[in-house]
Amino acid sequence: MLAVRGLSKSFGAKRVLDGADLDLAMGESLVVIGGSGTGKSVLLRCILGLETPDAGEILWRGRPLAGQRAAFMDHFGMLFQNAALFDSLPVWRNVAFRLLRTQPKARARAIAIEKLARVGLGPEVADLYPAELSGGMRKRAGLARAIAADPKVIFFDEPTTGLDPIRAATINTLIRGIVDETGATAITITHDMSSARSIADRVALLDRGRLRWQGSVAEMDAAEDDYLRDFVTGRARPMARGPQG
Amino acid sequence: MNPIRLTGRAAIGLARMTGRVTIFAARGLARIGQHPAELARQVMQIGWLSLPVVGLTALFTGAALALQIHSGGERFQAGDVVPAIVAIGMARELGPVLGGLMVAARVASAIAAELGTMRVTEQIDALVTLSTDPMGWLVSPRLWAALLCVPVLVGIGDVIGIMGGWLIGVNALGFNSALYLSNSWAYLESWDVVSGLLKGAVFGLIVALSGCWFGMMAAGGAAGVGRATTNAVVAASVGILAANFALTGLFF
Repeated sequence: MLAVRGLSKSFGAKRVLDGADLDLAMGESLVVIGGSGTGKSVLLRCILGLETPDAGEILWRGRPLAGQRAAFMDHFGMLFQNAALFDSLPVWRNVAFRLLRTQPKARARAIAIEKLARVGLGPEVADLYPAELSGGMRKRAGLARAIAADPKVIFFDEPTTGLDPIRAATINTLIRGIVDETGATAITITHDMSSARSIADRVALLDRGRLRWQGSVAEMDAAEDDYLRDFVTGRARPMARGPQG
Repeated sequence: MNPIRLTGRAAIGLARMTGRVTIFAARGLARIGQHPAELARQVMQIGWLSLPVVGLTALFTGAALALQIHSGGERFQAGDVVPAIVAIGMARELGPVLGGLMVAARVASAIAAELGTMRVTEQIDALVTLSTDPMGWLVSPRLWAALLCVPVLVGIGDVIGIMGGWLIGVNALGFNSALYLSNSWAYLESWDVVSGLLKGAVFGLIVALSGCWFGMMAAGGAAGVGRATTNAVVAASVGILAANFALTGLFF
């Protein structure tokens, strides 16, 4: 459904993506793990067209994504690391942002409140502004916005960053539930292994701009790869060696 | 390094930057009418809410101008020119320039801070993922609102400034009220007013463009937003003064 072929991206002298390849089947939930600065976010930004890759291509349903980006975006939702809610709009308008272009205001508001309920937020939250929400509530509102238009593809960027373990587990459960319910194809980038275990059908390890390893959660736990094992168990590595394994 | 090479590099950099900003402005202006509700909101923010500061500035400027012209004119027995000079000075120069600078201080900083914060908190990326063009949603309404509102503010400022001169003229300098107003009107030509309003439109565009450009290009967290805000106000203020010189040379 979505494929990345030989994707490369440099910022100045720093090569962030170095020929990354990735395949994603319809309805699959892929979790991309990797250390800080290994290119996870840049990979998502290249797929979304927010960064222009230096080389490589991104295919959507077998054809280059660049030529059908508008159609792709119409069926796309994303949860940002810090939710990225629009400060100037109340929560319900954030959630219904896309819907307000095609639906009457009352209908869009009703759907927004329904989606807020799906992520465990009551209707009293609808008229609050993002600044009035806690970190966990902002994440949930961001999640409601991501699923508001019933997308076929959803990206989750570090969904549990900044949350305590209980709230992080709640978000993980919500994401898994939403992916199962909607049948959406999902990419989650994280370095939170509890997220990876909760959300993933398949885990991919990104290292120095390339996919170093991929497999199921069970295969991840049994993998021989030194760096993957250290990453999964949270074992310290000498800084000079970096993530080279 | 070779000074010729340095000069050449600076010139190429300036040309490149000018080109980028021009394309940015053209893209923003070309998206007129995509989000009328946002345009209305920006007209309120940029136009209506700037009225008090522009009005007060004009009032005090007109009053001070009357005092200065009377004081200076008395040296060669030309104190009677106060009404005409205040009116011409406000309409041609002080109304648009001081109004523009006040709007620059209030609006360019607010736009740069808002868009800069949206940039560093990924809200602008979020717009893209929601199939919304940030140029159409954020930049275009601000450019058009400033382009349309600042001439109106300048026109209102002209009237308030002339009234400021009239207040001082009648109450402190001994002018007859009706004579002051008729002299203000008699020597004022339509081009004096129209040229000031045209300046206002250009200054409005410069203000909004500075705020939008530096806001959209912000990077580096809170410090980056602070830099964007400072740069926007400085660029807008210098831009207004430079454009004023160029337009004055062109018009007169």
